[in-house]
Amino acid sequence: MTMKIKKKDVAQALGFFLLRLCLGLVLFILILFLYDIIRKGAGSLTWEFLTKPPRRGMSEGGIFPAIMGTFLVTIVTALLAVPLGIAAAIYLNEYARKSRLTRLIRLSLRNLSGVPSIVFGLFGVILFVNILKFGTSILSAGLTLGLLTLPWTVTASEEALKNVPNSFREGALALGATKWQSIRTNVLPYALPGMLTGTILGLARAAGETAPIMFTGAAFYLPFLPRSLKDQFMALPYHLYIMATQHHAIETVRPLAYGTALVLIMLVLGMNMAAVIIRHRLRRKSRM
Amino acid sequence: METGMKAKIEAVHLNFYYGAKLALKDINIVCAEKRVTAIIGPSGCGKSTFIRTLNRMNDVIPATRAEGQVRLDGHNIFAPEVDVVELRRLVGMVFQKPNPFPKSIYDNVAYGLRINGRHNERMIEERIVQSLRSAALWDEVKDRLNENAFALSGGQQQRLCIARALAVEPEVILFDEPCSAIDPIATAKIEDLIQKLKERYTVVIVTHNMQQAARVSDFTAFMMMGELVEFGRTDKIFTIPENKLTEEYITGRFG
Repeated sequence: MTMKIKKKDVAQALGFFLLRLCLGLVLFILILFLYDIIRKGAGSLTWEFLTKPPRRGMSEGGIFPAIMGTFLVTIVTALLAVPLGIAAAIYLNEYARKSRLTRLIRLSLRNLSGVPSIVFGLFGVILFVNILKFGTSILSAGLTLGLLTLPWTVTASEEALKNVPNSFREGALALGATKWQSIRTNVLPYALPGMLTGTILGLARAAGETAPIMFTGAAFYLPFLPRSLKDQFMALPYHLYIMATQHHAIETVRPLAYGTALVLIMLVLGMNMAAVIIRHRLRRKSRM
Repeated sequence: METGMKAKIEAVHLNFYYGAKLALKDINIVCAEKRVTAIIGPSGCGKSTFIRTLNRMNDVIPATRAEGQVRLDGHNIFAPEVDVVELRRLVGMVFQKPNPFPKSIYDNVAYGLRINGRHNERMIEERIVQSLRSAALWDEVKDRLNENAFALSGGQQQRLCIARALAVEPEVILFDEPCSAIDPIATAKIEDLIQKLKERYTVVIVTHNMQQAARVSDFTAFMMMGELVEFGRTDKIFTIPENKLTEEYITGRFG
C-alpha cells in the first residue's frame, strides 16, 4: 500500500519537474535573447535616436521616420483588419448556419493564416500596387498587412464570441429582443475584451513583419515623414533588415541595428501589454 | 376544459423534429388562462422541448421543425405573419439555470423595456419597482439596485429573472424547471410566487419534481418519450390517474 503511494508521488514529482524544466527552457531562451539585444542596443537608445531621421547614409542619426512609419502603417492595417475581422466573426458565430459555405470560409481562414508572409507581399504588389494603382505606399502596405492579420482577428473574435454563454442570447430573445439587439446589447459587450486582445496581438505581429511591406510601400531611406496615404514610408522591421544586411558598412552600424531591434521589440511588447491591460480593465468593468 | 375557463395556449396535433428525430408526437394540451399547467415526465421525455415551442424559442436551434399548431388566444403562432419578437414579449420565459445578465439589478429588469423601445426613465423606474415587488424580491434588493446581479444568491437571481420577465408585461409565463438549480428554501419562495402570479398571468411550468407539480399546478400533463400520456386536473392525476404509466411514474416506480 505504502509502496504504491510512493510510486505515484514519484511520478507526480517527476512530471512537475519536467513541466518546470520546459517552462524554464522557454523563459531562458527569451531572456537570453532579450539580454543580448538590450546589451548591444541600449547604448544607441538616446533621445536623438528616437526623434531624429538617419544621417550620413544611415550610419548616424536616429530612426524617427521608421517609428512613425510603422505606427502609421499599423493604423491602416487596423482599419482594414479590425472591422472586417469582427464583422466576419459575428457572421460566422452568430448568423451563419453550418453549411458547406461556412466550412469553406473557415478552411480558407485556416489556410490563409498559414500562408508565408512573403506570398502576401507579392499578392499585395499585384492587387494593391498594380491593379488598384495605389502605388508603393502606406496604403498598399497597410492593406497587405491587413490581409495578413485578418485570419487572426477573425479567429480571435470568434473565440471571444464563443465564450459568451448562450444564456445571455436566449435570455435577451425571451424578453422580445431581435437577434441583432441581443447580439449588440448582450453579446458584443462581453466579447469585446477578448476581441480586442486577439486583435492587438495580431496587429503587434503585423507591425513586426518585413516581407509584406518590402515591395508594397516600405522605403530604403526617406529623410521625411509620409504626408499622404500614397507616400512611401520607412518601417522599423525593414530598416532593421537593411541595417543588418544591406548597409555599406554593416559592422559600424551594428549598434544602430541593435537599437532598432530593441525599439521594435519594445513596441511589440508594449502592444501586448496594452492588450493585457485592456482585457483586465474591461473584464473588471463587466465582472465576468 | 371546464366551464368558466378560457383557453390561453393550445397545442394542436403538435409534432416537433430535431433534424429527422421526432421529439414531440402529436401533442394536444390546453393551458387555461390564469391557471398553472405543469408538465411532468422523466428526463428526455420532451417536456422542455414542448415548453420551448410555446414561445418559439426552438427557432434558434438549427435544423428543427414544428408541425401542427400552437395557438395563443386562438391564433396559430407558427403562421408566417406572426412577429416572433412580439410573441416572445407576450409569452415570457424563465430558464432552468438563473441567467441574469452581468449588469446591475436595475439594468437587468430594465433590459426588456429598453430593447422594446421604452426610454422614459421615470416610467422604467416605476415598472422596475413594480416588477421586483411582484417577484417578491423588492425588499431584499431595494437598497442595492446598482449592484451587479451576479452578487445575488441563486434563488434571488431566479426571482430577478422572473422580475425581468414580468417587466415587459407578458400574458403568459413559461417556467422551464425553474427550481432545479436552487435550494429548497428558495424553491418554496418561488412556488409561493407562482401561486400569486396566476392571479394575473397564465403559467406553464416544466418540472421533474412531482411534489412541486402537485403543489403549484391546477392542471398536469404527463409526458413520456415525446408523447402525452395523460392530461387533466392535477388533483385527479395525482389521486386517480387513468393511465397505468402515469400511476407508476407518480408513485415513483420509475423516472
